[in-house]
Amino acid sequence: MEFVLGHYNYWVVIFLMMVGFYIVISRGNLIKKIVGLNIFQVSVFILYISMSTVENGTTPILKEGFEVYSNPLPHVLILTAIVVGVATTALALALVVRIKEAYGTIEEDEIHQQDHSL
Amino acid sequence: MHNLILRVVSKVLIPLIILFGLYVQFHGEFGPGGGFQAGVIFSAAIILYALVFGLEPAEKIIPKSILHLLASFGLVLYAGVGFVTIMLGGNYLEYGLLGSDQVSGQLIGILLIELGVGITVASVMLIFFFSFAGRGRP
Amino acid sequence: MIDILINVTLLAFLATTAVAMARMTNLFAIIMLFGIFSLLSAGLFVVMDAADVAFTEAAVGAGISTVLMLATLALTKDHQEKRPLGHRPWLPLGVVTITGAALVYGTMDISSFGDPLAPPQTHVAPYYIEQSMADTGVPNMVTAVLASYRGFDTLGEVAVVFTAGVAVLILLGGRRKKQRLEIEEGGNRDA
Repeated sequence: MEFVLGHYNYWVVIFLMMVGFYIVISRGNLIKKIVGLNIFQVSVFILYISMSTVENGTTPILKEGFEVYSNPLPHVLILTAIVVGVATTALALALVVRIKEAYGTIEEDEIHQQDHSL
Repeated sequence: MHNLILRVVSKVLIPLIILFGLYVQFHGEFGPGGGFQAGVIFSAAIILYALVFGLEPAEKIIPKSILHLLASFGLVLYAGVGFVTIMLGGNYLEYGLLGSDQVSGQLIGILLIELGVGITVASVMLIFFFSFAGRGRP
Repeated sequence: MIDILINVTLLAFLATTAVAMARMTNLFAIIMLFGIFSLLSAGLFVVMDAADVAFTEAAVGAGISTVLMLATLALTKDHQEKRPLGHRPWLPLGVVTITGAALVYGTMDISSFGDPLAPPQTHVAPYYIEQSMADTGVPNMVTAVLASYRGFDTLGEVAVVFTAGVAVLILLGGRRKKQRLEIEEGGNRDA
């Protein structure tokens, strides 16, 4: 039981990661692919923050009367990763808009058909 | 107009959101927050204004040319702090030299670079929104 | 104990939302569910003692990301995802199951959740926790590490955000009318 509770976070992270991965590889709609990538991304965030948590710890802001703090380094990495993540998502969405303007569709199959590339 | 309630409520809310953004920006050393969050909150206030009152009035508040300038100004401010510390005889981004002692220098340095981060993030988020929303105009 | 309960519940909600997003075909609903997904993960970050991260995720993931995706949806005007005709889910499902099983096998060696003696907690973290106040005078360790100890890293991140802004301007900032005229002219020439 203790083993299950101690690893439950990681298993759900892997499940979310795989759901995101499945959406990316099995679906042809470009917006849905980007949503899948974002799910994958959030699962990585949860993985890092899970690793930074310490039992009975608190948020890493110094205050009298608290001794145990969670690890601040993963927080910094993920904080910046979230903002960079939205920047790359915006770039991907901009590409989707341009693809729609050029091809008239955002379905991968129809784009391949128009290009005779599949 | 149908959305009278929305207009009145957002007129009350937008100054509060901007105030909260400033609080998060300058209180980030002592509580949760910092340049990244403050930038996003600040841009959310302008995005709310654009969603309720329309894109043209919002672009009048912050013209595109100023937005482009601000986006690069924040990055230059950040990198510039590094060059100032080199001029003062230290390493790149060695904040200790900016003040009279190590800790006060660190506080000045962190305040300046957080300001740079906040300005760049806020203006880039607004550039994203205006680019996407402006694309739909005939 | 209550922490673990909230943790387990939020993770279950996240998994359910993710599965719902995978199964749906209405893009508008998927994007709204993604906003909920981000907000749930922000709640999870609060439970796991990461206030700064939760703050950012709530503002960025649930706010800006969702608005940008909705704006894209308004521009592309395709509100329904089309399923490909010869769609067989078994191959991707198999790939995903095998990858997931390999990753679960990898977690067997990870020290359990919240362990104070886990490797991430014993190397550089104690230094930040004990020294950041003396080194920088900033009580929020996340800000101290972000702005001072790892200042180069953050400079790079800001440069990435700036570059993405420039790239979006290049892709979408130009005039659209011109292109349309060119397409129309091209069409006429073909005719």
